[in-house]
This record gives sequence, structure tokens and C-alpha cells, in this order.
Amino acid sequence: MQPAAEADLLAALRRGDEAAFVTLVNRYQRALLRLALSYVPSQAVAEEVVQETWLGILQGLARFEGRSSLKTWIFRILINRARTRGERERRSAPFSDLAPPDNADEPAVDPTRFIPAGQEGAGWWVTHPQSWEGMPEERLLAAETRAQIEAAIAALPESQRAVISLRDVEGWSADEVCTLFEISESNQRVLLHRARSKVRQALADYLER
Amino acid sequence: MDTRNTNLVDELTCQQLVELVTEYLEGAMDSTTQERFATHIALCRPCEEYVDQVRLTIGLLGRLDSDQANTYNPPPKLLEIFRGWREPRAES
Repeated sequence: MQPAAEADLLAALRRGDEAAFVTLVNRYQRALLRLALSYVPSQAVAEEVVQETWLGILQGLARFEGRSSLKTWIFRILINRARTRGERERRSAPFSDLAPPDNADEPAVDPTRFIPAGQEGAGWWVTHPQSWEGMPEERLLAAETRAQIEAAIAALPESQRAVISLRDVEGWSADEVCTLFEISESNQRVLLHRARSKVRQALADYLER
Repeated sequence: MDTRNTNLVDELTCQQLVELVTEYLEGAMDSTTQERFATHIALCRPCEEYVDQVRLTIGLLGRLDSDQANTYNPPPKLLEIFRGWREPRAES
């Protein structure tokens, strides 16, 4: 959003303009829900968290000084609430599936796909990646494929899921994501790299069956 | 690749390359590494496939929500929340 447009929206919202609120919800609801799911276990809980977020936004409007963009501010409130709620959910359901931890040293591709060190041709592919060029578009865009991708995203550790959701699904820039999470560009890139690698692998497993 | 002559792909192995893909696609590489990377995929079909797969994956991620309507109609509860927030202020 352009600064001028954002300022107008903010002013309208502060005046109690419902159309401005609808515009804002229209713009961010989907991304808020998707991001919430990185932290909480279900769609139902995510919807609750997002609802609380909107109330928090309205209640905090008077205090918002515009030091960050409205978008950043909104999503920071969401993350705050989603994290808190996520922790609460985990405490009350200790035996439910926990999200996997962000792993420090996972390679993008299974090392057994490459010739081991010390052998001739070390580091080269043993089995080549299949070409997806021949895949019909309908298959790639089919609901079932989408479901596989969503499942792959849902299996990601929290931070990786959040980053790939905002960068690749919602189309945020690296800058915006770094600002939101207050992480460095290289940190963000590592998370994105791991997430993308896993999703690619899941897709490969599905498409190449 | 049929001829696994490491000189042709300038030291970067396939196993190293796959770890650099995101850096490459983000445009975050120094020019030397970028050239090495580009040379490698120009000469190594499997790695070219891999990078294409990553690109395709990103494309599909971006289209995940494309079937949803562009206009999101706020659920009634949200409008309730908004009006509830607005009304006390109007009175004060």
C-alpha cells in the first residue's frame, strides 16, 4: 500500500468508517489466517485468533504512531496473539502432534541422492531429478496437487512455515518479512530455503509416483 | 551429465548447488558464485531440472489461493466487533 493511501485508510478507520474496515479485512484476512496457522493447531483456532487480532487492532488504533507500516503493525499483533494462543494450545494438549523443531543442519536434498565424498564423481547426482516438463498443466493445478502442497506446508516447522507462507504464497518481499520478524535477510533466506526444499520434495514425491 | 569432468562445471558440485538455489533465485549471490552457478546449470541437465522444479514449486505456491474470490466478505462476527468498538466511542 502506498503511504498516502495507507494514511487515508488509517484516518477513515479512526473516524469509524466501516468501509475502511471492510477494505482492510478484505486485504489482509486471508494472509492473517494463513500466518496464524503457522502457530496454532487448527483452522477454528486460527479464526478465533484473527478475530481477536482485529479487535486488538481497533483498540490499539489510537496508540498506533505510524513508526512501522500499518501492515507490519497488524501482522505483528497477529503473530503475538497467535504465538501466545499456540503455546496455550500446546500446554493443554501435550500429547498432540507437535510441530517439528527448526532443524539446524538439514540439507535441501537427501544426501543419498549424491555420490558420497571420497568416490569418483563425489557430489554428483546418483539418480537425476525427474523432469516435470512433461506434466500436464491440469495435473499441476489440480485440487489434489494443491492439497499435497498445503500438507507439505502444514508439516513445516513454525518459522519455515511462516516465512514461506508470506514470501511465496502471499507474495511479500524479503524486506517486508525481515521487518515483520525482525530477522536478518540471510536468516530469512535460510528459513525460506529449507521450507522450499521440503515443499519441492513433497511435490516430487507426489508427482513422480 | 555423461562426462563428469569437474573442470566443465568449475568446482561447484551438484550437492553444493542445491544448497545455493535460494540464494541464486533471490539474487543474493556475489557475481563470481553466480557465474559458477549459471555455468553449472548450463552444463548439468539434472541441476537445471532441479532449479526448474524449485521455480515451479514457487509458482504453484503463489497460486494456492487463486481459486478464492478476490473480494473477501468479512464474516458477520467481524462487523459486529467493529460496530461494537465504534459505538461506545460515538457516545463519548
